[in-house]
Amino acid sequence: MIPATFDYVRPGSLDEACQALASDEDAKALAGGQSLLPLLRLRLAYPSTLVDLGRLPELTGVHDRGDHVFIGAMTTHDEVMRSSLVNSACPLVALTTATVADPAVRHRGTFGGSLAHADPAADLPAVVLALDGVLVARSAEGEREIPAAEFFVDYLESALRPGEILLGARIPKLGDGWGYHYEKFHRTAQAWPIVGVAAAVRRSNGSIQEARIGLTNMGPTPLRARAVESALQGAELGDQVRQACEQAAEGTSPSGDLHAQPDYRRHLARVLTHRAIRTAAGSP
Amino acid sequence: MTELDPGLVGEQIAESDQISEPGGTGGEIGRSRRRKEDARLLTGHTRWTDNLVQPGMLYVMFLRSPMAHARITRVDVSGARGLPGVFAAFSGQDFADEQGSLPCAWPVSEDIVIPDHPPMAVSEVRYVGEAVACVVATDRYRAADALEAIEVDYEPLPAVVDMNDALTEGSPKVHEAGNQAFTAKITSGDIEAAFRDAPVLIDRTYIQQRLIPSAMEPRAVLASTDGDGFTLWTSTQIPHVLRVMLAVTTGIPEHKIRVVAPDVGGGFGSKLQVTAEEVLCLLLTRRLGRPVKWTESRSEGNLTVHHGRDQIQHIRVAAESDGRIRGLQVDLLADMGAYLMLVTPGIPMLGAALYNAIYKMDAYEFGCTGVFTTKMPTDAYRGAGRPEATYAIERVMDELAAELGLDPVEVRRRNWIRHEEFPYTTIAGLTYDSGNYEAATDRAMALFGYDKLRAEQADRRDRGDPVQLGIGVSIYTEMCGLAPSRLLGESNYGAGGWEHGTIRMLPTGKVEVITGTSPHGQGHVTAWSQIVADTLGVPFEDITVLHGDTAISHKGMDTYGSRSLVVGGVAVLQACEKVKDKARKLAAHLLECSPEDLEFAEGAFQVRGTDSRKTIQELAFAAFTAHSLPEGVEAGLDSDSTFDPDNYSFPHGTHLCAVEVDTETGMSKIRSYVAVDDVGKVINPLIVDGQVHGGIAQGIAQALYEEAVYDAEGNLLTTTMADYLLPSAADLPTFVTDRTETPATSNPLGVKGVGEAGTIASTPAVVNAIVDALRPRGIHDVQMPCTPERVWRALEGVRR
Amino acid sequence: MPRITVTVDGVGYEEEVEPRLLLVHLLRERLGKTGTPVGCDTSNCGACTVMLDGKTVKSCSVLAVQADGCDIVTIEGLGSPGSMHPMQRAFHEEHALQCGYCTPGMVMAAIDLLRDTPDPSEEAIREGLEGNLCRCTGYCNIVRAVRRGAQEMGQAVKSS
Repeated sequence: MIPATFDYVRPGSLDEACQALASDEDAKALAGGQSLLPLLRLRLAYPSTLVDLGRLPELTGVHDRGDHVFIGAMTTHDEVMRSSLVNSACPLVALTTATVADPAVRHRGTFGGSLAHADPAADLPAVVLALDGVLVARSAEGEREIPAAEFFVDYLESALRPGEILLGARIPKLGDGWGYHYEKFHRTAQAWPIVGVAAAVRRSNGSIQEARIGLTNMGPTPLRARAVESALQGAELGDQVRQACEQAAEGTSPSGDLHAQPDYRRHLARVLTHRAIRTAAGSP
Repeated sequence: MTELDPGLVGEQIAESDQISEPGGTGGEIGRSRRRKEDARLLTGHTRWTDNLVQPGMLYVMFLRSPMAHARITRVDVSGARGLPGVFAAFSGQDFADEQGSLPCAWPVSEDIVIPDHPPMAVSEVRYVGEAVACVVATDRYRAADALEAIEVDYEPLPAVVDMNDALTEGSPKVHEAGNQAFTAKITSGDIEAAFRDAPVLIDRTYIQQRLIPSAMEPRAVLASTDGDGFTLWTSTQIPHVLRVMLAVTTGIPEHKIRVVAPDVGGGFGSKLQVTAEEVLCLLLTRRLGRPVKWTESRSEGNLTVHHGRDQIQHIRVAAESDGRIRGLQVDLLADMGAYLMLVTPGIPMLGAALYNAIYKMDAYEFGCTGVFTTKMPTDAYRGAGRPEATYAIERVMDELAAELGLDPVEVRRRNWIRHEEFPYTTIAGLTYDSGNYEAATDRAMALFGYDKLRAEQADRRDRGDPVQLGIGVSIYTEMCGLAPSRLLGESNYGAGGWEHGTIRMLPTGKVEVITGTSPHGQGHVTAWSQIVADTLGVPFEDITVLHGDTAISHKGMDTYGSRSLVVGGVAVLQACEKVKDKARKLAAHLLECSPEDLEFAEGAFQVRGTDSRKTIQELAFAAFTAHSLPEGVEAGLDSDSTFDPDNYSFPHGTHLCAVEVDTETGMSKIRSYVAVDDVGKVINPLIVDGQVHGGIAQGIAQALYEEAVYDAEGNLLTTTMADYLLPSAADLPTFVTDRTETPATSNPLGVKGVGEAGTIASTPAVVNAIVDALRPRGIHDVQMPCTPERVWRALEGVRR
Repeated sequence: MPRITVTVDGVGYEEEVEPRLLLVHLLRERLGKTGTPVGCDTSNCGACTVMLDGKTVKSCSVLAVQADGCDIVTIEGLGSPGSMHPMQRAFHEEHALQCGYCTPGMVMAAIDLLRDTPDPSEEAIREGLEGNLCRCTGYCNIVRAVRRGAQEMGQAVKSS
């Protein structure tokens, strides 16, 4: 299929980009295009103008900012998963990014594009949410910080305002003693996850001190498994962890679709959370 | 190939696995020749239909119905006509007088209803995706825009999606005549007696889900005219059949139509069709006088390439308490979709004589009802009727084994036709010429490590391992080599089943082979070269094979049903033999001896006991110059032959599959897969293995991944590859393949066909394995595709 | 209309393009590079995979304007029938293609995989090719071909 017509601008500066997006409410930012282009080709989206962010060097790269890592929105998945900084300071982002789509798509698809698209079935939103990332956006009015918990508003809807561009995200460094895992459950390697669980676990002396859990595709936005997180505090590996994970589906509202019904997704959330926690805690 | 104890089985095959090197003469058959087709395909020098351009060419796109069932009350294409780059726009009404009705060549029963099937809908649409209008523009971008400017008003009619509902009294009708397309019944033996007081009775219903064939190359058509004749390049498996059908459908005289199948990127039955788009592109080029090209998008193709399978199978087996089958009763509902296309009603009937499969029994009954629904028509998809039959019988054999507490292999052994019993006429009336189920099964079990895996299975069961192991057995036969024309006639099929081959020796000694088969990935150019090289004693490299163009290959029945080698390869062989006969006469004339004094070896005729000889190349030149020909011998060294087999061929094999089922998530993962097939004599082992690999992958995909899903309103939900799941390399294991070789006796090459074997065998092997893993928990079926959710629900069902 | 410059298989082009023109259509319909086919519209099948500045992309999911200034290598730029790239040769030797429609993308993905993993395991090959669908081969011989191609490319590096 063939996209409908649109205008195209390739701004040379962030200000120009903000202006282009602000001046036309049907304009849309083009990052890597790996979600947008299929939508255009199927004529499921009709933007008036695409604002190509592909030539703005200030949007790319991974930066060490002391207590956090800043990942530029236009950094490709491929760059993120290979970044030694991301691998050492926020490994959950690196190992999850390596599960996104396939190598060719990861060469084009971007970290920020995936977040701004706000698809609850995408892998990275749950990770950024679990890690309490902070998204940084910019418009003509200036920069604004949006906690991940407030960024994902609804299905395919983020907190970005018209004329606002996502600059990237701050991912807090969790420090020593943490283990990580992303448990992705999909029918084929190419298929979107039916459910995914991103877990970060701090463990000492055979029990879990702290856990962060993000759930993929368990509602219209990525979700934290807060009940499990609380129940895991001080839980010993084994039955206590297993019991804690039984609460993984609390507060979720998964949809039913071609690939799974809500009750099965809830069941998977419990099983996969347990697996993610055990793996993150280094307890196979 | 895995190392084997050479003493294990009697009929071992010699595998020659040499790297390509310039060939001499002889020894080509049975050799793993690298393909002649590859270099072009590997370097992008391809001729896919969508690559082709003609001067002044325009692009066609079709507007398709968003409604499953509706009356068309208005079509207004005027908005499209005024747009920049738009050359023309038409509704179905604009072609109503000339478009004819898409053909169905297989009226399988007396009571069959073949509804009118206009290529572009005129007054009513009956499935989502049916063409209602078209635009012709200077490029595909303009054409896509123009589609949005066409207005169509529909008056909705009720969708008919479910076959059982469709047959209920008072159901909305798909066609005026009702929703029953045909009924068929075959009975052999005393079925009542077989079931009366049977010690064991198994009664099951299986669902063959609807599949989308998904050849990697989307369909494309390019049509052009010089004002007199027409040329149609199309991504088809059947250029010859298509030419005849286009003439019949459109009234354009057959001799004015040339059909070319250029490079065709896979078919699997989906390009065995006379499509609306082919007919309409031909009519558009006639009306506009300009070349027109249409290329479908994948999402368009998922809606409108004919679908496969979609049957509900009710199967009953009556058996003795030792497991011996007394009788088998099969009753099918087969979803035709909205219309009967080229061989739609014949698909379930291709399985009619195969439910009894490799087994002996006293009585058999087969019934089938074809049902109309408001969905895309079904038609041939890899195996076509035979995978469905094999699935049902092989699933039910496992149920019988479980009922009796027997090993699934053992219950099959007790029923199968023994090697010494061939040729064997089955209860369904087919005569299987040869076979050795014992050898293939023994080999497969050894390669698989059957006993060791059973031990591991028992261990996991004892431990209550959340990951259970299942072992699936599938022992199949199929009927290939479609088909003896006499038998096709008896089944009321609209054509014959012969195949044609031509050999032309060129003046310089090179060889042109023309085949009526139409390859689209099968490697005929290479395999036919091997047959010709050995038969004529010419170098492999000196042979070229022409195909897929009705102006070059004037006779043919094309490629489907694992027929090409079995029928077309034999036609080529026969044409070679005729060339040799003529060459012998010429050689005798030139060497001044009697033809009987000549022996043929290594490409030359030699007078016995002398060194006096003529090579076939020298004879080709002599036949060309024609300076001195014997009485009654015409110039040129060439010949034609058609081959019409007396009987089908019957490949068989044993496939074993080990699946790990995660009982917590329901996920099934194939751990190992062994296939031992007997496809008779092998021309090229490399190609045979490739066919088996690909076939297995498609059969596994039916078992685990693929399903075309329609909602209650008749909307297809799986329109893209993001929703219709196909396995990638990451989803499949490496298959272990091996062969036994029991030559077919029904053709001089001893070959049986291999294109569909893997797909036929693998689906039940996988599902049997999954059910085998879960059986101790009280589960005896999981509906295909066996998604994690379905497995989990089955487990939930028994937990309650 | 935007004007772009691209290098494709070593040849420079300057083209005026509609913003919505897909890279694969630029290649196929403007530049005559029909070696790269289109198999789907959701970037699942990978048939249209080419190298863009040395990395694989699915050319059906890139706009031509996004490729402005870039260097593109298609299957036609890798090798010719008489002088194939080692990976093309390996596909031939291992019978890793049947209809050949997925082959250009599959070969590109295979070469890309070896940039990081010059000696990949079977598992790494299967995962590395997850974005490319083949309907004919069941992937067995493709996996073998990639291993063979890797060995030959490794040898080529050593001996050069």
